[in-house]
Amino acid sequence: MDFLILNNGFPYLSALIFLPLIGALLLLAMPGDNACRNWTLIVTVVTALLSLPLYWNFDLTTHLYQFGEHHVWIPGLNINYTLGIDGISLLLVLLTTLLMPLCVLGSWRYIEKRVKEFMVCLLLMETSMLGVFMALDLVLFYVFWEAMLIPMYLLIAVWGGPRKTYASIKFFLYTLAGSVLLLVAIIALYLNSAPHTFSIPQLMGQGFSTTFQLWVFLAFFLAFAIKVPMFPFHTWLPAAHVEAPTAGSVILASVLLKMGTYGFLRFCLPITPAATMTFMPYILWLSIAGILYGGFTALAQQDMKKLIAYSSVGHMGFVTLGIFVLNSQGIEGAILQMINHGITTGALFFCVGMVYERTHSRELSRHAGIGKYMPVYVTFLAFFSLSSLAFPGTNSFVGEFLVLVGGFAKNKVVAAFAIPGAVLAAAYMFRLLQRVIWGSPQNPDHTGLVDLNTREIVTLAPLLFFVLWIGLSPEPFLKVLHVSVNHLLTQVGTLPGGPMAVAKLMIP
Amino acid sequence: METIVSIKPLLALLVALAGSVMVMLSGKKPNIREGWSLVAAVTMFGIIASMIPTILPAPLGLGQKILLPLFKILPGLSVTLRVDAFSMIFAVVASFLWILAVFYSAGYMRGLHEHAQTRFNACFALALFGAIGVAFSDNLFTMYLFYEIVSVCTYPLVAHHQDEEGYEGAKKYIIYLTTTAKGLVLPAMILIYVLTGTLDFADNINTGIFPAGVVDAQGLLVTVLYIFCILGFAKNGVMPFHHWLPGAMVAPTPVSALLHAVAVVKVGVFSTTRVMLYVFGVDTMHALNLGIPTAYFVAFTVLMASIIALSKDNLKARLAYSTVSQLSYIILGVALLTPTGIEGGIVHIANHAFSKITLFFCAGAIYVATHKKNISEMSGLGRAMPFTFGAFAIASLSMIGAPPVAGFVTKWYLLTGALDAGQIGILIVLLGSTLLNVGYFAPVTFKAFFGKPPEGEVYTGIKEAPLTMVVPLMVAALISVVIGIYPDFIMNFVKAVTG
Repeated sequence: MDFLILNNGFPYLSALIFLPLIGALLLLAMPGDNACRNWTLIVTVVTALLSLPLYWNFDLTTHLYQFGEHHVWIPGLNINYTLGIDGISLLLVLLTTLLMPLCVLGSWRYIEKRVKEFMVCLLLMETSMLGVFMALDLVLFYVFWEAMLIPMYLLIAVWGGPRKTYASIKFFLYTLAGSVLLLVAIIALYLNSAPHTFSIPQLMGQGFSTTFQLWVFLAFFLAFAIKVPMFPFHTWLPAAHVEAPTAGSVILASVLLKMGTYGFLRFCLPITPAATMTFMPYILWLSIAGILYGGFTALAQQDMKKLIAYSSVGHMGFVTLGIFVLNSQGIEGAILQMINHGITTGALFFCVGMVYERTHSRELSRHAGIGKYMPVYVTFLAFFSLSSLAFPGTNSFVGEFLVLVGGFAKNKVVAAFAIPGAVLAAAYMFRLLQRVIWGSPQNPDHTGLVDLNTREIVTLAPLLFFVLWIGLSPEPFLKVLHVSVNHLLTQVGTLPGGPMAVAKLMIP
Repeated sequence: METIVSIKPLLALLVALAGSVMVMLSGKKPNIREGWSLVAAVTMFGIIASMIPTILPAPLGLGQKILLPLFKILPGLSVTLRVDAFSMIFAVVASFLWILAVFYSAGYMRGLHEHAQTRFNACFALALFGAIGVAFSDNLFTMYLFYEIVSVCTYPLVAHHQDEEGYEGAKKYIIYLTTTAKGLVLPAMILIYVLTGTLDFADNINTGIFPAGVVDAQGLLVTVLYIFCILGFAKNGVMPFHHWLPGAMVAPTPVSALLHAVAVVKVGVFSTTRVMLYVFGVDTMHALNLGIPTAYFVAFTVLMASIIALSKDNLKARLAYSTVSQLSYIILGVALLTPTGIEGGIVHIANHAFSKITLFFCAGAIYVATHKKNISEMSGLGRAMPFTFGAFAIASLSMIGAPPVAGFVTKWYLLTGALDAGQIGILIVLLGSTLLNVGYFAPVTFKAFFGKPPEGEVYTGIKEAPLTMVVPLMVAALISVVIGIYPDFIMNFVKAVTG
């Protein structure tokens, strides 16, 4: 266990994972809808508070996995219950715990039928999402990974919009296809490692043959690329987002998409470094394609949720670009951008949900010119939209800047292709803002539309706080990344030069 | 140069921000609302003026530089405020003219019973917040931040009328300005950061921030970055990215006056020249031979915009193209890279501001008094509105560059600078543009005073616009004359820039 710093005090990580699960079980006994809402809020807030010590007690000087827990689970197959977090997963864990109370608040009035079941699904999601980010054993990881599928499917299929069946099945099939490949890769890794192990850190640096690495990488890559989603595996995303209820969209955009990119960082780069170098140029170009495609498509949308969904494709393109330029700025920027996207896009989905509750429409034209009637609402929307287009002084600017610094340092031509994506982001977000705040001289009648209430402001305010905090002073967030990212780079970097020849062919 | 820390630049910015908030809160009571605008403008000018003795070079002042770090984003990337002689030229002028504009816009907006005056005043204050922020930036990132704030906060001002024309103009405005900023300045900024590890401006105009090795080894790349910066700060009105400015003339006239003759467009040229001098630096520009080609490139804008101005009958459109032309004077002067050329360019930031705001103020006063927009309809109007057209005449002389008005100072330095640089071609451009300026300005005044009213129209009952409008325009015109006769005050700052 040389990779793990065992936690000898309170088992924070297990507590974080099982608290929502226990909360979900107790929820079944709750009478009445309001009791369910309040109880879920309490559980998620306590989980969020419990996650804060992870940041305070985090050791910035080591790349080892911290707060570790290790218990033998199935000794015959060398399967263990191993948990631990490093700089790469810490912020994602915090993002998850901090978003969940807001998801509960955002669904307070939006969900009116089957409230109890909805809240159970939310809490189950929280358990499995946290498990994915904390697991250091492949089997444990896979269990949590699959456990997400059912509650997420239900969130869309039960509480979704008119085309919920189509969207939920599509989501399910895509993700399941990825999961099968993931399972194949996991078993292949187990059989080829010596001694046979499922331990993720022990699989790193095993020196697998290049051919084997290529196949494992491809399996991993497809599973994660679907999740991210990378162009051209993204088509499930707009459908799922549009039909999902607000909280579903927020969880999907803010946390679930990050699991794909987290997978790249946790599995592809350190376990199959040679294959990473081989495929790197192709993935860079796929990222560029995603950035440009997402931007163009978002520009054409009439449905506000679809617009934001396609913008996610573009934003996640920046994340994968940052990861695969394989330098410290790029990867740190990518991880920060994962957090930023979670905050900003989550907030934008909340915003869309709030007008949907009032007008039961997501059409852009239906909401033209509501700025005059909902000034508080459009102020929030304006800040989050500016953040989404990477306005300087907001969180996304820092992330995008770092990714592009990494990109330009790696290869100027590839990075230059990402710049039109940044311009497109401004175009589609300003278009959205212009329509919603101003509209045209012929706006629909909005009389009777009420501005945000306190609960809604409380939902959005923390997100705005983080938008500006990360935008103006990102050091508290970046400092937890440095050591882990540098360690990751040494894991990838110590390689024979062979595969680089292909890389040179692809990027001038 | 001694560097001190002071919170004054931050206070000046916060005053504008607070002014905007107070305007929004007191929207129901117009007099109190305008009162807050005035308080903010006067306080801001007071704070900025109080820094004059600190910044003014010895023996008149202390010759210090103020630095105030606010936020550290990444190593070499921070939000930091700086006040030096160059900042002060722009900041003093813009904040002083804001005071005049507050009076003027109160008269204009009430005279025309415009809607949404609260939003108008609040955004006005925010635009000044951004403009002064650009003036007080210590690095490219801070400047980019405030530059973008100006773009976003002035959108509501351009779209003010909320009719098809207003939205069309505002759309063009935001598309031109953000596309160039994100498409050109952003990559330039990132590459400069990759090459040098910092975005902080240099301490003088000579060295720039590129290490000599980088300039030698990556000359082509540095040249490309330079071109991106010249074109990317599209608020500078350099062709081909100038179309937003005539489009923005759909805004109410006080906006055209303060923002599209002073604050916004000067943010563009200020940013451009700041980057030319303090990021690239005179030495690098010489080494890569960037100066004279830039001068000829913007010379095209100087001439072309003047020719287009000749063809415009709408007064504000003519003034807009005149602005496009005059802004390039500033870049042209700096691009000559001789001390006199740079001084001529920089002093024109102030000179053009006072003169052009006078002209726009006049255009607005004429509109409020007569609802006339076209020059051809203004024949003989000078006799009914002598003060307005008198001020117009003075400011026109300044634009033309005739003594003893401010524009003459610019012309003198620019012509000397062109001779110093040995550029006869630039000399011819300057003379040609002077003739064109005469061509499109002189007829306006001449016809107004000596022309006959159009057929069947009598100017009975037409009198000057309200005093809140006429007094500011007279003051602005007067200052143009004062600078023309006594340019030393402003030249002290300008000379401090070139050292």
